[in-house]
Amino acid sequence: MTAQTLARPAVRRRGGDLAERLGPLGIAALAVVALITVAALCAPLITSHDPAVGSVLERYQGPSAEHLLGTDQSGRDLLARLLYGARTSLLGAAVVVLLAGTGGALLALVAAWFGRYVDALVGRVLDLLFAFPNLLLAILAVAVFGTGLGQATVALAVAYVPYTARVLRSVALRERRLAYVQAAELQGLSGLVVSVRHILPNIAPQILTGAAINFGYAMIDLAALSFLGLGVQPPTADWGLMVSQGKDSLLQGHPEQSVLAGVCIVVAVAAFSVIGERLGGRKAGGRA
Amino acid sequence: MNATAENVIEISGLCKRFDVGRGGSRRTVHALDDVSLTVADGSCLAVVGESGSGKTTLARVLVGLESADSGDVVLAGRPVARRPRRAERRARARDIQMVFQDPNGSLNRRRTVEAAIGEVLAVHHRVTGAEARRRIEELLGQVGLRPAHARALPGELSGGQQQRVAIARALAAEPRVIVLDEAVAALDVSVQAQVLNLLAEIRRDRRLTYLFITHDLSVVRQVSEEVVVMRQGRIVERGSTDQVLDHPRHPYTVLLRDSAPRPGWRPRLSGDADVREVEA
Ligand SMILES: Nc1ncnc2c1ncn2[C@@H]1O[C@H](COP(=O)(O)OP(=O)(O)OP(=O)(O)O)[C@@H](O)[C@H]1O
Ligand SMILES: [Mg+2]
Repeated sequence: MTAQTLARPAVRRRGGDLAERLGPLGIAALAVVALITVAALCAPLITSHDPAVGSVLERYQGPSAEHLLGTDQSGRDLLARLLYGARTSLLGAAVVVLLAGTGGALLALVAAWFGRYVDALVGRVLDLLFAFPNLLLAILAVAVFGTGLGQATVALAVAYVPYTARVLRSVALRERRLAYVQAAELQGLSGLVVSVRHILPNIAPQILTGAAINFGYAMIDLAALSFLGLGVQPPTADWGLMVSQGKDSLLQGHPEQSVLAGVCIVVAVAAFSVIGERLGGRKAGGRA
Repeated sequence: MNATAENVIEISGLCKRFDVGRGGSRRTVHALDDVSLTVADGSCLAVVGESGSGKTTLARVLVGLESADSGDVVLAGRPVARRPRRAERRARARDIQMVFQDPNGSLNRRRTVEAAIGEVLAVHHRVTGAEARRRIEELLGQVGLRPAHARALPGELSGGQQQRVAIARALAAEPRVIVLDEAVAALDVSVQAQVLNLLAEIRRDRRLTYLFITHDLSVVRQVSEEVVVMRQGRIVERGSTDQVLDHPRHPYTVLLRDSAPRPGWRPRLSGDADVREVEA
């Protein structure tokens, strides 16, 4: 009787695996992201001030019990504007990442499934999009479709698609050639079914890490568009807008608004980048 | 073996070219060059040949993953389309299935054994739910796995077990022919012997036909009574296993045989008692 020793490794615990890959810095970054998200969601519980309403009589006040971080040039509470601004910044970046991830995955799956001419065509379109700097593309789109958060996010999403699609295409192509995909194709299953049921779940890790990396960049780019007056319009609270509106105050010796919003952007972007890098590094479907 | 048995596979004049390389180094590879062969119902034909001789291409054309440039294939008495569309592939899959070389890649690493086999049952026989679970259990039993393995992910199985699942998945379609493309090549020798015995047993029980692709001549003796030798997309020799391996006529077969790790090695067939693996 030959007894085959059965290689039966313990089922990988996903949670433990994730923590291991993130490391202490990554976990700290995750905590920062969680903190910002909770703060944005619970803004009304944390402050009773309306971020859009202020009294000119209370402009440029220093920190006080009433205004923990002071007020801006219009006498609006800075803490409230930061908290509500986080909502706009996070939501905008989330939409960009969601759209870019969906578009990139779609292109990647189509290119991988059909191969040959379709793949070549997708490659050409991506090259074309790559030729334009992101912001320029977004500015162009805004010039055509008008200013606003909606237009800016869609424009940025389009600009991000080549980054996600390029990486996802190469991983999807690798999966496409694997025997399990061939076995499914052999059964006469449709390209849609094989792509969605089989290939998509296997490129999901790259989609997610790419999204984490892109999230930070999307926040910066959205802030830049807002700063240029092309994205979020006043009086909506937004970090990028706060930096730009703080310009005049800065000259008058009140740098708080720009500095606080700037710090928030930097911290959030750094946190998302660390998570993305830890999860997938340069192999992920994010901006290089 | 019934001498008048019908042929379940009839291939004539099959050609397949690939254009490889770009620019100056562009050239055409004749992966299949006028290949004709027949396989009798219930038999096992081994296809041997060095790397790049066109064995996998032949298999892929047969199952409809690749379309031939010219030539005809008749499967189970029905001529098949040269450029198969999806519906045609689905119909063909009920006659012919394939087991791939790479045990790690032949199963989706994110889907359970149950899902892998269940998919084939649902596609070809519209079997789902409790009936599917019963069939899956039965199929796992036939390949020497336990019902508990149904819930396992491929990563939790050994290479040999993964290949058993791939065999069970092929069996789920209830085909008449199974193409085994280097199905045991990636397994170590003892596991290889177990899987080969299992395959022989299944063929006997189910009256299946095998097209057994391998580059390992020692394996050929264990599995098949007939063998064809391929070289550069052509069939250079065909005959009974003993005749071809012991008295090869084509110089290439001589070369192939003499470059095998243990020339002329005749393995003693182990008893069926050794087939089942014992779990601790
Ligand atoms: N999709 C393809 N594109 C281009 N060339 C191909 C393709 N598939 C096969 N070939 C070429 O066709 C020839 C035959 O390949 P095939 O995979 O059929 O050989 P094989 O006998 O299975 O080899 P091995 O023992 O290494 O698996 C090789 O020269 C290979 O490079
Ligand atoms: Mg091969």
